[in-house]
Amino acid sequence: MPLPLTAEDRLHLKTLQPQIAASPKGRGQLIPLLQMAQKALGYLPDEALSLVADHLAVTRSEVYGVASFYNQFRFNPPGKNPVKVCMGTACHVRGGEIILENFERKLEIREGETTEDREFSIERVACVGCCALAPVALVGETLHGHMAPSKVEGLVLRVRLEKEKAEREAAHS
Amino acid sequence: MITLTADNRTIQAREGSSVLSACLSAGIYIPHLCWLEADAPADAPAACRLCLVEIEGFREPVAACVVTVENGMTVHTGTETVRRLQKTALKLLLSVHRVDCKHCPANKACALQNIAKFLGTGLGCKPFERVLKEPDVDSRHPVLDYYPNRCVLCGICVRVCRQRHQRPLLSFARRGFETVVGCFDADPVAAADCMSCRACLESCPTGALVQRTVVKG
Ligand code: SF4
Ligand code: SF4
Ligand code: FES
Ligand code: FES
Repeated sequence: MPLPLTAEDRLHLKTLQPQIAASPKGRGQLIPLLQMAQKALGYLPDEALSLVADHLAVTRSEVYGVASFYNQFRFNPPGKNPVKVCMGTACHVRGGEIILENFERKLEIREGETTEDREFSIERVACVGCCALAPVALVGETLHGHMAPSKVEGLVLRVRLEKEKAEREAAHS
Repeated sequence: MITLTADNRTIQAREGSSVLSACLSAGIYIPHLCWLEADAPADAPAACRLCLVEIEGFREPVAACVVTVENGMTVHTGTETVRRLQKTALKLLLSVHRVDCKHCPANKACALQNIAKFLGTGLGCKPFERVLKEPDVDSRHPVLDYYPNRCVLCGICVRVCRQRHQRPLLSFARRGFETVVGCFDADPVAAADCMSCRACLESCPTGALVQRTVVKG
């Protein structure tokens, strides 16, 4: 199920619309327009695909077909704390797959998806360059080595607690 | 007309037609999955790699759907090499296939079953590992269910949809092992006319496209 648009998304769509309308037409524009849309929103919701499709007078199905071919396009919003689980050779051998599964279960989303509150998203990445610490996962910008299923719970909890704390402080000031 | 030899028979074919179409018209069967009757050699996607034949003067076996007939050509459709390659091509297709014919609407009218029978092999994929997609059913099309693990990605549904409609609905998506076909439009109105067309359903060589039975709740 696609996540509903946030107010921010809608704002971005509004600014995107005239930009697309002012762009040249023709099939060769498909990828540049998709890039423009993703730059504006950070991802490609259906509404953005529609803008591009309608501008080029092709179907939305076709636009999705082309966009989904490329790794650079994403169809779910990036989470505020993107979880990147390393699937490089070393991490794979050390059970990276199990770590991924643990994040998926804990956050109740699949790889490539984003939680409803948009706090987390999960993706798999190739070797992040610290194989000695395998298996490795990044939560936001922070790298966590020697990952174990028992650590997953703690990491997620920590992010959520920090967020609560920040919200409380914001409410007090 | 062009005159050529296929399996030691002299046959005739229209100029510009493919070796595949020439042989099929002459009653010489060559397994094929991704070819449409009207395809000229330049139109054929040559995706399934099943229609391989040996042609004298060619170094290697070739896909018969993309080779244009020539006067004096000598074609062999059933050599040992050809059969071995065809069996491998079929096994590769079956290695990404959930073989569950009993529960499949295509059972007994399925191109894969027919080709397996013709080649004298079963529906197994040994020695290849079986790799299946998830989920088993994709319901993104407003009125059709798509079973990726029955689809051979022949592209016929996408092509017939394009031929019939100015604004075709079906398209390929993703890539590699994850390639699927389908309708990726969030607006169900887009598919309002699908059930009066049914071209894709009827031309699918397997049971990958099924009309969704709506459970009224
Ligand atoms: S598509 Fe053909 S081979 Fe596959 S399950 Fe259905 S009947 Fe069997
Ligand atoms: S759904 Fe059927 S017709 Fe379409 S690509 Fe798959 S097997 Fe071919
Ligand atoms: S394989 Fe994971 S860090 Fe190198
Ligand atoms: S029919 Fe020739 S490759 Fe599929």
